Amino acid sequence: MRKFNLLDGLVVPLDRANVDTDAIIPKQFLKSIKRSGFGPNAFDEWRYLDHGEPGMDNSKRPLNPDFVLNQSRYQGAQVLLARENFGCGSSREHAPWALEDYGFQVIIAPSFADIFFNNCFKNGLLPIKLDAAIVDGLFKSVAANEGYKLKVDLERQVITTPDGKQIAFEVDAFRKHCLLNGLDDIGLTLQHVEDIKGFEAKHRAAQPWLYA
Amino acid sequence: MNDKTLYDKLWDSHVVRQDADGTALIYIDRQLVHEVTSPQAFEGLKLAGRKPWRTASMLAVPDHNVPTTNRAAGIADPISRLQVETLDANCAEFGIVEFKMGDIRQGVVHVMGPEQGATLPGMTVVCGDSHTSTHGAFAALAHGIGTSEVEHVMATQCLVAKKSKAMLVKVEGALGRGVTAKDIALAVIGKIGTAGGTGYAIEFAGSAIRGLSMEGRMTLCNMAIEAGARAGMVAVDDTTIEYVQGRPFAPQGENWDKAVAYWKTLHSDTGAKFDATVELDAAQIKPQVTWGTSPEMVTDINGRVPDPASAPDAVKRGDWERALQYMGLQANTPISEIKVDKVFIGSCTNARIEDMREAAAVAKGKKVAANVKLAMVVPGSGLVKAQAEKEGLDKIFIDAGFEWRDPGCSMCLAMNDDRLEPGERCASTSNRNFEGRQGQGSRTHLVSPAMAAAAAIAGHFVDVSKS
Repeated sequence: MRKFNLLDGLVVPLDRANVDTDAIIPKQFLKSIKRSGFGPNAFDEWRYLDHGEPGMDNSKRPLNPDFVLNQSRYQGAQVLLARENFGCGSSREHAPWALEDYGFQVIIAPSFADIFFNNCFKNGLLPIKLDAAIVDGLFKSVAANEGYKLKVDLERQVITTPDGKQIAFEVDAFRKHCLLNGLDDIGLTLQHVEDIKGFEAKHRAAQPWLYA
Repeated sequence: MNDKTLYDKLWDSHVVRQDADGTALIYIDRQLVHEVTSPQAFEGLKLAGRKPWRTASMLAVPDHNVPTTNRAAGIADPISRLQVETLDANCAEFGIVEFKMGDIRQGVVHVMGPEQGATLPGMTVVCGDSHTSTHGAFAALAHGIGTSEVEHVMATQCLVAKKSKAMLVKVEGALGRGVTAKDIALAVIGKIGTAGGTGYAIEFAGSAIRGLSMEGRMTLCNMAIEAGARAGMVAVDDTTIEYVQGRPFAPQGENWDKAVAYWKTLHSDTGAKFDATVELDAAQIKPQVTWGTSPEMVTDINGRVPDPASAPDAVKRGDWERALQYMGLQANTPISEIKVDKVFIGSCTNARIEDMREAAAVAKGKKVAANVKLAMVVPGSGLVKAQAEKEGLDKIFIDAGFEWRDPGCSMCLAMNDDRLEPGERCASTSNRNFEGRQGQGSRTHLVSPAMAAAAAIAGHFVDVSKS
């Protein structure tokens, strides 16, 4: 997994609540058996005017000029600013794969759906929860200032706005450690093999039917 | 003092180790696997030279991509076919039990697992699918996980997790005629919103819940994720134990007696504390119909499409306006005047035998309305299909003009050929009415099986409690 530490990234605002993972990556792209290449189909139904299918040359498809990701001022955005309950619905990890492949590294929202939130950390994406009022303020700042960027410092857990204002954010210590060091959990968990085997032996004795 | 919630009991009995910040390793008893969210996990496992920790804990089935007609011809779409073949190959390589497309036990993973007795009370159950919450109906701790976690569980038999908060949703009283578990689920979501359960594990309790069959409890727990809660659960009672007994994966003999003794402890203690409590009066719940593009955009059959001008805040007003535009609906339209183009009865929410019976009871001796282009019934598994046929339900549906299909996820998410055309409106017993969910431009109204069947017959939504 890619390490995450510092980012000074352009912000794109996606101003709607309850953005679900079906919208982030529609089902037809879930037929892939790979975990890469989903970026061109992120937000496919909002981003393009035609119907997307796997295998199409996305560079030749008609773009929806009204969709925010297609506006010239937001090209190259690495920070996605969103509303409540971002990433709700399906557990498909293809959603963070698509966002990461598109180029996002940070998603800021007042709240995230649990499974999506969890999946982000497994893929070098940092989801940041901020108060709804702060998020609302950021939406206004982004709209008012073309080229609006945010500096995100994971080590210090601080976001700095272009005018120097600092916004602290929370992040789980274990997840922060994994992101900063680009660690995947499996290797870490396997350091506890003896604990797992010990638990399993007791569990098997208490509930033998689970192992019959 | 030491009174525990059901969730506490399930959590505590699976903690392998826990760090000071609460990050824990949780042991997983059952991993269910399907073709869409597993190929990358198997690939990761193989690239790292690892093997599954305990293949006997795994059970696999293809469901999302499978066709619901003309199965003998196989899967026409080469990309879908490759995904199913990849599952077959991975299961063969690692010795994982799989019910393949031609097997009568094949079905939607969340129908198949409980039907086989592969979901047992007291278990931790995971699957790379958000509707894994379904299995909580058995007093199991069950939730959906991402593909990285699928690989993690395969490799370590554990999940890295932090304990959620506990919410009690209490539904007391008797349900009215024609009101089902689906209506309870939608009413709960209407009350607390699609993010109301975020960060919580929900326990459903109260006399109305105890009165539900296991099928009904599964429907309810299935939709916990639509309320934002990864896990939903119901305490063990005689209904649970009777359902499990005699199923292929259920314990037998001496183990059965031991298991039942343990399972009977799987309920919240009387003094247990919840972080939040929500109460509903069962008698007040009417048949529900969603009108928008989020399951929280719901009202009852006597209601109207809301006016965005009455939305509580600007963000919601924008969402409602967008939803009405997408759904092609005018504010203040009575729900009962909304006509449907197609009807879908199926999905991990509502494709069990009881759902088939409820829909058939409405359709019996009637005909699908002329304006309904397609009404389809997709049983949740081959065994549900066989049971329904034994009871003659297939004939009732076919005589009424419904199509009787083979089992799979089908039009719930439209990964196979079963999908709506742009602008088509569907009465659907599935779980999500998101934009594009049932096909690009599709318009979904979530309802119970009885309500879907009634809409197919009338051509528009009608109140089954009055029929």
